[in-house]
Amino acid sequence: MALPSAADTPPALHGTAALTGPVTLATLPEVRAFLDERPGFSALDLSAVTALDTAGAWLIVTRSVAKGAEVPVTGASAAHGLLLQTVTDALPAPQKRTRRRAHHRAGDELAWMGAAVSGYGAVIGASLGFLGLVIARLGNTILHPSRLRFTALVHHMQQAGLNALPIVALMGFLIGIVLAFQGATQLKQFGAEVFVVNLIAVSILRELGILLTAIIVAGRSASAFTAAIGSMKMREEIDAMRVLGLDPIELLVLPRVLALVLMLPLLGFVANMAGLVGGGLMAWIDLGISPGMFRTQLLMDTDVSHLLVGLSKAPVFALIIGVVGCHQGMQVKGDTESLGRRTSSSVVIAIFLVIVVDALFSIFFAIWGV
Amino acid sequence: MADPDAAPIITVRNLTNRFGKTVVHKGLNLDVRRGEVLGVVGASGSGKSVLLRTIVGLQTPAEGKITVLGTDVLTAQGRDLRAVQNRWGVMFQDGALFSSLTVRENVAAPMRELLGIDAETRDALADLRIAMVGLKPQAGDLYPSDLSGGMRKRAGLARALSLDPEILFLDEPTAGLDPIGASEFDALIIALQKALGLTVFLVTHDLDTLHATCDRIAVLSEKKVLVTGTMAEMLQVEDPWVHSYFHGPRAHAALQAQGAI
Repeated sequence: MALPSAADTPPALHGTAALTGPVTLATLPEVRAFLDERPGFSALDLSAVTALDTAGAWLIVTRSVAKGAEVPVTGASAAHGLLLQTVTDALPAPQKRTRRRAHHRAGDELAWMGAAVSGYGAVIGASLGFLGLVIARLGNTILHPSRLRFTALVHHMQQAGLNALPIVALMGFLIGIVLAFQGATQLKQFGAEVFVVNLIAVSILRELGILLTAIIVAGRSASAFTAAIGSMKMREEIDAMRVLGLDPIELLVLPRVLALVLMLPLLGFVANMAGLVGGGLMAWIDLGISPGMFRTQLLMDTDVSHLLVGLSKAPVFALIIGVVGCHQGMQVKGDTESLGRRTSSSVVIAIFLVIVVDALFSIFFAIWGV
Repeated sequence: MADPDAAPIITVRNLTNRFGKTVVHKGLNLDVRRGEVLGVVGASGSGKSVLLRTIVGLQTPAEGKITVLGTDVLTAQGRDLRAVQNRWGVMFQDGALFSSLTVRENVAAPMRELLGIDAETRDALADLRIAMVGLKPQAGDLYPSDLSGGMRKRAGLARALSLDPEILFLDEPTAGLDPIGASEFDALIIALQKALGLTVFLVTHDLDTLHATCDRIAVLSEKKVLVTGTMAEMLQVEDPWVHSYFHGPRAHAALQAQGAI
């Protein structure tokens, strides 16, 4: 590449700077260095310039006419002259760029904390409003069952329920094994190995089975709901439904929430059973408690109320997961980034709320004495 | 105006594109001459956008040979391919701006990623491009989601011009614009093409744009380029589809607007 050179033009305070070769984006640094070596040139000669693009024209214009220096540009070909003129006309007026500067002031953290707290408050308020809307539509659907989208309901029952079965069962099985193993090592110290059955039964049936199932389903389905509804929102499908007089809550949200409410107790039950099997297996291998002994101990000491307490939480968790997932999806704005942000926040919020509500249930059942 | 004898800057030979069993192009040939504005028209689904996507390498054809600026873009690898990619700019239908970047960052992005230019020059050049496509200087600080459809198209054009390309690919540049915005866009394309000496490959449905900007027109029909020529030549073509395209009521209105009838 022929770089611009000025062997014929000695660096002079007043003189003509003659550019040669291509003056383009690729050669911008060289041309600029060349011009910097000749401060105060009185004219620019372009007759030997072979190629000129807007970047090159920009450099020439900013160094000649634009700075108020009014340096004449000579020798430009017709095409180059047109380009120079176009760039001169388009050149934005030099404006002060307001660079964002982070001034740190004493109260900033406090203000941020306040903004964050009020932001969370607003989110909770909006979610409660959405929950109310869903419940109102649900009541409406119960009064008019024919309005329920049965096909969509079954589809989501398969997607969110049936397809989650293997992972939920595996999770329950492994948790049973872990509990039996950990419980056995502790209970062995007291010679109370047989009570490992009670430990497994109570902890899995009351708490862990359904809580961990809810967390897995929140990760699987809340994100899927948000992504599906969010991309519909981005493509204006939700707006299209509204102008057609269709209710997006009834069409999109209710089938999803109802599907979860129906399927989560069943998934929780599967997790419970898998947990008992896993725990029984480990108790047999590690402690020599035979399956028959395990069954006898289980039926003798564990009341069915433990199972019912556990499963009674499932519909509430399902409602939380479904409503949070759909609500976050509805919050998606036009850009792709908000879809990703909403999807991740939907999982975080759903899991967080599930754990909070589980704690409230524990306190409630303790006071109730169940 | 392009020199009719100039060597073609893009040559497409014997191109075949298939999606499953659907054949979109079969034995398609096309030449684009240096410095011309070529308008590609055709019915919806005739594969205009697929042709554009194939030339710029977003779609791998089943058969055929495509040469752009002397490089066989279907077989070129690595540096050779990047070198020719830096010499064209593509404007997608809705701008396809990066939503996490401001307009200025969008326009500066190709320069930042592909050329080692300092930040200040990059910003100044980005501001120049933004001004050249007719956006206000304040638009540089906005995010794509804050822009109207017309502004997004202009910003997309500014990004396509970022590396000072020799060839500009435009996919439906005036679709969805109001008539005033569309004719401003036509004028902008002509002005930029003249000033920068661009070769423009333009996919459009807009008859006014065809009249206002194109030196030559290529009609895509029956899976190949049925006919190419100037607007005057198009009006003489006997093929029923081409005839109804250029002699329909909308075509007459566009012709009248250009004072051709």
